[in-house]
Amino acid sequence: MDNIVDIDNMTFSRSGRVIYNDISLKVPKGKITAVMGPSGIGKTTLLRLIGGQLAPDAGDIRFAGESIVSMNRSTLYKTRRRMSMLFQSGALFTDMTVHQNVAFPLKEHTRLDSDIIDTIVALKLQAVGLRGAANLMPSELSGGMARRAALARAIALDPDLIMYDEPFAGQDPISMGVLVKLIRQLNDALGVTSIVVTHDVTEVLTIADYVYIMADKKIIGEGTAEQIRNSESPLVQQFLQGEADGPVPFHYPADKLENALFGEKT
Amino acid sequence: MNPIQSLGAGAISQVASIGRAGVMLFGAIFAIPRLKNVPLTLQQMFVVGVQSLLIIVVSGLFIGMVMALQGYTILVDYGAEGSLGPMVALSLLRELGPVVTALLFAGRAGSALTAEIGLMKATEQLSSLEMMAVDPLRRVVAPRFWAGFISMPMLALIFSSVGILGGHLVGVDWLGVDAGSYWSLMQSSVEFGSDIGNGIIKSLVFALVVTWIAIFRGYDCTPTSEGISKATTQTVVYSSLAVLGLDFILTALMFGIE
Repeated sequence: MDNIVDIDNMTFSRSGRVIYNDISLKVPKGKITAVMGPSGIGKTTLLRLIGGQLAPDAGDIRFAGESIVSMNRSTLYKTRRRMSMLFQSGALFTDMTVHQNVAFPLKEHTRLDSDIIDTIVALKLQAVGLRGAANLMPSELSGGMARRAALARAIALDPDLIMYDEPFAGQDPISMGVLVKLIRQLNDALGVTSIVVTHDVTEVLTIADYVYIMADKKIIGEGTAEQIRNSESPLVQQFLQGEADGPVPFHYPADKLENALFGEKT
Repeated sequence: MNPIQSLGAGAISQVASIGRAGVMLFGAIFAIPRLKNVPLTLQQMFVVGVQSLLIIVVSGLFIGMVMALQGYTILVDYGAEGSLGPMVALSLLRELGPVVTALLFAGRAGSALTAEIGLMKATEQLSSLEMMAVDPLRRVVAPRFWAGFISMPMLALIFSSVGILGGHLVGVDWLGVDAGSYWSLMQSSVEFGSDIGNGIIKSLVFALVVTWIAIFRGYDCTPTSEGISKATTQTVVYSSLAVLGLDFILTALMFGIE
C-alpha cells in the first residue's frame, strides 16, 4: 500500500453547482502532497470529502485502502482518529486554554492518566514552540500562534495523515516561515503523510513532494515542484506567475460594458 | 419565481428544516449517554439555569406584586379580598409561572445557546470536533439540551414561589389582607396534581420546545455574522410563538373541558 488516500473519478456538486468533475488524485504515504488552485474552487471541500464530512456524487475515496464513501458512521469515526485536520482559523475551543485544547483529543479517545496526558501535551507544544503558552486562552494568541497551537492539537493522537487547510493564509513572513518549517519537520520526524491545500505558491513549492493544481472543476496540472515550474500549460503558468488575466479571466462573466452603459435597457 | 412557486419552495424548506431538527434531536437525546458528559451537563445547567436565576426571581417578584395589587382592587369591591391568595397562587402555578419563565428563558438562555452553537459552527469548532472523531451532537448539543430541559421547570417553580411571596408582600404587608386567609385559602384551593402537577407538565413541554428550537437554530444556521443574528432572532420569535400556542392547547386539555 503506497498511497494513503486514493480518489478515483470523483464527482461532487453542491446546491446544483458542480465543484469537481471526475477527478482522480493520489496521496503517497509519508510525503507532502500540495493541492493548489485559485480561491473559491473548493479546495477545503476536497479535505472535507477525504474526512468523510461530505459525500461525493460519484466515484470513490479511499483512506488506507478502505472506502470512506461506503463506511458506516462508527467505522468512519474510528478511521477519523487516524487523520487530523488543521483548519484555516485554527478552530481552537475558545473556552479552553491551549493546554486543554491539546489535551482534548487525548482525553476523549484514550484512557491515559492525567500525568501522562500532561507530559504528551508538553511534548507536542514543545514541538510547535508553544510550551510557554500552555496556559494562555486562544483569544490571547496571535493568528500564527493559534495555528501552531491547533497544529499541536492535530498531532496529539499521532495521526497517519494531517490535512492542512490554507495554513499560510494571512500570516506574516516570520510565522509563514515557521509554519513551512514545521510542516516539513513534522512530516519527516513523525513519519506522517501531509496534504497541504493552499494558494501560496512559493512557500508550498519549497516543501511539497508532489503538487496538484486545480482549476475549473478539474486537475489541470500535476507533478513534482520542478515539473510544475516548467509546465507549459498556460493555466498553470498564469497561476504560478500570478497574472491578472489569462485563461482564468479577470472579469466575472458579464454583458459587454458598452451594452450595459449605452445599450437599450432590457 | 412566481408567488405560487415561492410558497411551495418555502413550504418545502420548512418541512425539510423540521426533518433536520428531528434528526438532530434524535441524534442528541437518544445517543448512548456517556458518563463523561455528566459534568458537561452540570456545567451547562450552571450557565442556562443558575445564571438565569436573577431575571427569573426579579420578574417573579414583580409579577406577583402586580397581580396582588390588581387583584385586590377588583376583589375588594366584592368584599372578597380574602381570596387574593388563591388567585395569585393559581394564576402563577397554572399559567404565568410556566409561560413567563419560558418566554424569559427563550430570551435569556435560548438566544445565548443559539449564538454560542452558531459561532462554534462559524469558527469551524463543530467541524473540528467531527474531524477529531468526536460527535458534536453528543459533545456540544446533548449537554445543552438536557441542561435546558432540566433547568426550566425548576426555574418555573422558583418563579411561582417568588411570585406568591411578592403577592404576600403587597396584599398582606401593604394592603392589609389577613395573612391567615391568604395562606389557608391558598392551601385549601391549590391541588397538588391538577395545579402544581399540570404547571410542571406545561413547563416540561415548554422546556423541550424552547431548548430544541434554540439548539437547532444554532446548529442549522448559516455560519456568517448575518446568519447567526438571524438565527438568534428566530430562536426568540419561534420559541415565544410556540410557547404561547402550546399553552393554549395544553390549557384546553388540562383545564378546559371537564
